[in-house]
Amino acid sequence: MTEQSVNAELISVNIDGKEIQVPSGTTILEAAKKLGIRIPTLCYHDDLCIAGVCRVCVVEVEKKWQLQAACAFPITDPITVHTHTPRVRKARRHILELMLSEHYGECYSCGRNGNCELRSLAQEYGVDGYRFGHVEEPECEKDDIGFSVVRDMNKCIQCRRCVRTCAEFQSVKALHTMGRGINSSIGTYFDKPLSEVVCINCGQCINRCPTGALQAKDYTEAVWAAIDDPKKHVVIQTAPAPRSAIGEEFGQPGVPMTFQMNTALRQIGFDKVFDTNFTADLTIIEEGTELILRLYKNLVQGDNSAPLPQFTSCSPGWVKYIEHFYPEYLAHVSSAKSPQQMFGAVIKTWYAEINNIDPKDIVSVALMPCTAKKFECNRPEMRDSGYQDVDFGLTTREVAKMIREAGIDLNTVPKSNFDAPFGTATGSGVIFAATGGVMEAALRTVLELITGKKVEDFYAHADIIPIRGFEGCRYVELKIPEEVGPVPDLIKHLVPDWDWIKGATVKVGVAHGTANARKVLEDIKAGGKFSECHFIEFMACPGGCIGGGGQPIPTSQWIREARAKVIYGEDNDYEVRKSHENPDVLRVYTEYFKEGPCSHKSHELLHTHYTPRGKFIE
Amino acid sequence: MAIIKESIRNQITFSQIPFGEGLKKGVQLTPEELIKVVRDSNIRGRGGAGFPTGMKWSFTAAAKGDKKYVVCNADEGEPGTFKDRVIFSNWAKLVFEGMALAGYAIGADEGIIYLRGEYTFLRKELEKQLEEERAAGLLGQNVAGKEGFSFDIHVHMGSGAYVCGEETALLEALEGHRGEARNRPPFPATCGYLGKPTVVNNVETFAWIASILVKGADWFKGLGTEKSAGLKLFSVSGDVERPGVYEFPFGITVEQLLKEVGGEGAKAVQIGGASGHCVPASNFNRAIAYEDVATGGSIMVIGPQRSMLDVLENFMEFFADESCGQCVPCRIGNSKLLEGVRMLQEGECTSKYLNELCKLAETMQIASKCGLGQSSPTAFLDIVKYFRRELFSGQAF
Repeated sequence: MTEQSVNAELISVNIDGKEIQVPSGTTILEAAKKLGIRIPTLCYHDDLCIAGVCRVCVVEVEKKWQLQAACAFPITDPITVHTHTPRVRKARRHILELMLSEHYGECYSCGRNGNCELRSLAQEYGVDGYRFGHVEEPECEKDDIGFSVVRDMNKCIQCRRCVRTCAEFQSVKALHTMGRGINSSIGTYFDKPLSEVVCINCGQCINRCPTGALQAKDYTEAVWAAIDDPKKHVVIQTAPAPRSAIGEEFGQPGVPMTFQMNTALRQIGFDKVFDTNFTADLTIIEEGTELILRLYKNLVQGDNSAPLPQFTSCSPGWVKYIEHFYPEYLAHVSSAKSPQQMFGAVIKTWYAEINNIDPKDIVSVALMPCTAKKFECNRPEMRDSGYQDVDFGLTTREVAKMIREAGIDLNTVPKSNFDAPFGTATGSGVIFAATGGVMEAALRTVLELITGKKVEDFYAHADIIPIRGFEGCRYVELKIPEEVGPVPDLIKHLVPDWDWIKGATVKVGVAHGTANARKVLEDIKAGGKFSECHFIEFMACPGGCIGGGGQPIPTSQWIREARAKVIYGEDNDYEVRKSHENPDVLRVYTEYFKEGPCSHKSHELLHTHYTPRGKFIE
Repeated sequence: MAIIKESIRNQITFSQIPFGEGLKKGVQLTPEELIKVVRDSNIRGRGGAGFPTGMKWSFTAAAKGDKKYVVCNADEGEPGTFKDRVIFSNWAKLVFEGMALAGYAIGADEGIIYLRGEYTFLRKELEKQLEEERAAGLLGQNVAGKEGFSFDIHVHMGSGAYVCGEETALLEALEGHRGEARNRPPFPATCGYLGKPTVVNNVETFAWIASILVKGADWFKGLGTEKSAGLKLFSVSGDVERPGVYEFPFGITVEQLLKEVGGEGAKAVQIGGASGHCVPASNFNRAIAYEDVATGGSIMVIGPQRSMLDVLENFMEFFADESCGQCVPCRIGNSKLLEGVRMLQEGECTSKYLNELCKLAETMQIASKCGLGQSSPTAFLDIVKYFRRELFSGQAF
């Protein structure tokens, strides 16, 4: 509900004989929800602007001959509504039958089998045959050329959720409505494959598609094949966000299932189960060090070759976004790889070395909440170990599917821990999953490194609350105390002392969803307050990784908030909550990256570069 | 232009209205008084939907907005309609004056003519005449000598989509978006062009407003019928001896009209364009008026030699193609109706399936998002109702 309607006058509305008063401007759909009356919807989505195109939600408004779309009808005068008159029921059934007449419903083999909104509605509204015909054979080819998103327009019913998601939520506009009348369709620029247009692979369209028209590329068969191959050492790293959501796939929404998942993954046949939080912590050390270096160079040495503000780089959707839309700002992006890719590089080098495994026999899998990670691991620059650093990115949905296929009930398996040598993780790593998490983790470490004091001295329980929340663009100022500590050993070779930063105000920003990223970048362009920031966290997906394109379907603000709650709950439960205190991370610096963070070797394996792509692709 | 001139068959009232007079009279009134004149004349929109113009203006006048707009819907795309083209070719200044009057009434200083893409050839002449109006002090600052009232008009070209004749689709197109109808409410009166209160009226409506100011509200109200006041221009085409643009009072029966235009012996008349009603010969005593058979002015006469199936195919092909494609009932519904017509042609449509299609057509009328899908099945239902036997005549039972 908008702010305006909170102060608006109250209007009486009667729906199916029940009276309620709602603020003027409330839609019939919202009013019905308040009364506990279900009106079916399809093109409507909690996250998106109103389209009113599918017409499934039509209802009868007294004194109006035509039926009205409940999602789009604002109540400004007292009205009486009927939600299931014969006219309404007939219209809904007709509308569903029309959709089915265009929809290639290969339901048994569809990736959305069991989770298809069209199928559920057809059942709910008594569709009992293909009155207006049925598509027997697919009419167009699937676009499955890219690594992340697969489009099958044979299943598209043109609800336009994907178009609205791509345009208004993500500000990408890779998908459009094309043509007119019977020839209208959802398409891309010149009908090119998604991999050849400005698509950032975020997969937000997948999460909002009511049918199987948009799906993530499925790599489960390839992963099963690796598991089944006795010569392969198959390891999986698991990101924090899937843990907050995989319960939704097993009837336990809002329940963290991290340790049950570990057991299930081993039962499936993964040789090792690692925690991506290890490299989240490593990312904080590398990216935090890079930030300190950038600050020192810019503010003390007057060298702006690596400009401020520094942008985070762990969201591959965001990285592709800036490569397409703001390539002139690529120098701002931290050169640190994302946790997934750092892990990939470490597994096929240090881990292989200490365990005496030939890296060519390692199959490195990543469980991610993300479809863009599939593209990221296939980037040509992500082969620093001499092999493809990460072989397969799997989404939460794909891993849930594998767990089911292996006959495992996640609710009943015992809990177990992650495997060494990446078994310890910190709360800082966990909160990477939520918007603001990377920033909070970085600040916990940077504050302690500079002041030599505990974060807890400044923020109760080390919770940097001002950074948290769901507001799209956030700007926060933090004061560095006058009293600073000595430069810790880990980064002594990089800065001589902290005198230059004491008493300074550190300005940071957070943006999630690339539409918000665009706002921040435009603000920077215009010289607004974000241009004065030192460090900005960008996440391609709404809510951060918890709202990723690989997470269980459906999604909504409420669902994302529930996932965030799980994440912050986990952070709370960790003994070690700061990245620079992670003993496994410290070990890797003593044993492998001996010259410390941002050194030659760490640059070779843990850092990368970016590709200016622009909006027009050859 | 000779052909267009020749097609004007009667003496048309607009010829008697001196340019500039209506506007000069109008701005002597207060905006409230002007709206009252429009209300008192009982004029209803000449585009086809027939919404009372005075009411539309008073809603827009009452709507809050730092900027308001007057839009002239000149996207004359309804099949069989060409009277707006004739108005622009002969009495464009009356339209400009009507727009300025609307601007004065609602508090707008900007008017936009959304001109049908196919009428590009009119643009140059329209712009020349706009220039003349400015020179005559009838557009620009202090319009018609009214201190503090500025109003100007520019022409925006349409690009050929039929749906842009629907006022909210037109506004979308004006804003540079894909031409598609918006959800209503809110209506343009409160939230129109660029989200500002906007009056959208048909070309003919504006010309009548200027005439009403000259000849008086009572004159207009006294013509036509009780619920359909005034005179109306009709675009008459098809199987008639004298096609062209005619002026008749509302309430004329189909029969009377056919006699005037040389269309006696017709089998049916399609009134209101492809989206209007198909009236069979047995109903020629019906009146053309909002209370009976409404029209935006298109009269297509169907002679006895025509196949109604061909007529229907032509209409349904048009709608299947011209549906904007956003809402399901219209996008898929029209193509299903067309499919049904083709099945009839092939002798493959059962009577039962035709009944299913009629039920679908009824759903389209009540569930489509905009007037296009709500009215496109009208002819289908009429033709099935009145010519069912003929539709099946090619079919072996």
